[in-house]
Amino acid sequence: MSIEIRNINKTFGSFTALKDINLLVPSGELVALLGPSGCGKTTLLRIISGLEQPDPGNGAILFHDEDVASRSVADRKIGFVFQHYALFRHMSVFDNVAFGLTVKPRSQRPGKEEIRDQVMELLRLVQLESQANRFPSQLSGGQRQRVALARALAVKPKVLLLDEPFGALDAKVRQELRRWLRRLHDELHVTSVFVTHDQEEALEVSDQVVVMNAGQIEQVGPPAEVYDHPANPFVYQFLGNVNLFHGRIDGGEAKINHLDRSQSEQEVVAYVRPHDLDVSRERTSPDAIEAIVRYIHAAGGMPRLELERLDNGESIAAEVARERYRELELQVGDHLFVTPRNLRFFVEGAPLDYQI
Amino acid sequence: MAATISMLKGASNSPVGLARSEENVWIKRGLIIVTLLFLGFFLFLPLAAVFSAALEKGFGAYFASFDDPDALAAIKLTLIAAGIAVPLNLVFGLAAAWLIAKFNFAGKSVLLTLIDLPFAVSPVISGLIYVLLFGLQGWFGPWLAEHDIKIIFAVPGIVLATVFVTFPFVARELIPLMQEQGSDEEQAALVLGANGWQTFWRVTLPNVKWALLYGVILCNARAMGEFGAVSVVSGHIRGMTNTIPLHVEILYNEYNFVAAFAVASLLAILALLTLVAKSLVEWRARQELAAALEPTMIKD
Repeated sequence: MSIEIRNINKTFGSFTALKDINLLVPSGELVALLGPSGCGKTTLLRIISGLEQPDPGNGAILFHDEDVASRSVADRKIGFVFQHYALFRHMSVFDNVAFGLTVKPRSQRPGKEEIRDQVMELLRLVQLESQANRFPSQLSGGQRQRVALARALAVKPKVLLLDEPFGALDAKVRQELRRWLRRLHDELHVTSVFVTHDQEEALEVSDQVVVMNAGQIEQVGPPAEVYDHPANPFVYQFLGNVNLFHGRIDGGEAKINHLDRSQSEQEVVAYVRPHDLDVSRERTSPDAIEAIVRYIHAAGGMPRLELERLDNGESIAAEVARERYRELELQVGDHLFVTPRNLRFFVEGAPLDYQI
Repeated sequence: MAATISMLKGASNSPVGLARSEENVWIKRGLIIVTLLFLGFFLFLPLAAVFSAALEKGFGAYFASFDDPDALAAIKLTLIAAGIAVPLNLVFGLAAAWLIAKFNFAGKSVLLTLIDLPFAVSPVISGLIYVLLFGLQGWFGPWLAEHDIKIIFAVPGIVLATVFVTFPFVARELIPLMQEQGSDEEQAALVLGANGWQTFWRVTLPNVKWALLYGVILCNARAMGEFGAVSVVSGHIRGMTNTIPLHVEILYNEYNFVAAFAVASLLAILALLTLVAKSLVEWRARQELAAALEPTMIKD
């Protein structure tokens, strides 16, 4: 079932949490709402669920082209996974998962045997069959999260909403769980929206990433697209590390290696990812920037260098391939030339159709 | 008292460095002795005195004290007052705690303070409030007299005073617990399709049942033992508007010591039962918590 959000606004007192949000989540996709804390992503998720009401106005929320704005939470047929799981603490894992089935009106409620089968099937799906009789407080964080997911899936939701599903877990469990969630989604194909502030998580798991900031949507697109072609400086900076260069447009060409701003026609800001910087001991291009190595973090797949520009003292972060790092025999204090491979220019926040 | 001793023991075990020294052993013993003396003097001695005075003339005289119709009427009235006040305050306490813990609204802190009011004012004043409201010279007095409704110096007044004095107990037990638990579980239940009623019975209530029971026990003890507020509105009409504590006072003032202490022993027994019930509830709640916190050996 697709989800369509039209002209949704939400204010809390004088604080604007959401400003005229429009979004289409295609049926069967896994979509990430990504943004810094306070950007309104959780509020948007809760409005989709019905736990929160949007400001009155001409806004609409459509599930499969049907307006659900006036429907209660219970009638929207959604599954919701809470950030801190919100498992029923006095119920066993089995009863938690069975809850959604046992509260159905008598006419729609499955029989005891059937409930049992369905719950055990779900527990198998989340690999927790052996824990059916345990209580939530006896489980690890990752197990609780899986119980919460099984509980949400028990009512066969048309839409699955997850609020920071892996936020409270440690790094390793997080990685395992998000891959598992991706596989699960590929099996079930239920339209899913999850909220996260972790760009890596959003890029790795989702079909579409919705980058949000200050109550607005900055960009929507597949992970590769938002990463490689950010719509604006915010998206660029939010999705991974980035170097920022100030420059100017000179005779129709954007330049970043000149300091003299007095003759600028128009100021530009250029961004480049650390792994898109070439370093060498000799000047290989006229655009190369001279810099000195200040720190080297050699641990990890790509050794990271912290460099200081000779001309204006600004620092640059660069990542070089391991082979290249060994070949150059880099030391702190070395004098290097840095050449950006993939610069993106923005003039007053808008992308400039020009790349080196 | 056993709890006090074990608590003292437990306390001395925690600061490891201190526990060893000779000096601290004496501090510990000294504190135990002081505590025992204090409890003995202020608790056990009076309790023993009540029972010994009640049984001074043997069991026959003791049980004869309850054969008196006035005594039976007092017991009945106490049961009626508690029987109305406790359920009423259970419902009120739950509603107030739910309101305060799960909703945000202007004046919340004022409401919290108001709930504590009966703790803050003297019971005599609590009784006087009702005299001023419903007494013959009170605000509603003339109207009530016209319609031949008696509140003051009658059973309704006693019930009202008891309800007023005991209403914080249940709410006070529940508010901190419900605030700590938040409303995530209720929201989860709603999303899963439960209606408000199902959410209350299957999620909210089970989460607070032990605190609720604890509050009810304390509320009941106070409702049965209340003297001051009830005394003001009662009028001390024998066999009509006397509760157990008031009946004890009358008997005592008449130098009928055996009967006075015999009836008083009922209240003492009630207090002891309350303590036992309270410990049981605490023990059950701890058991449940311990069972829930039992570490899991199975890997993620």
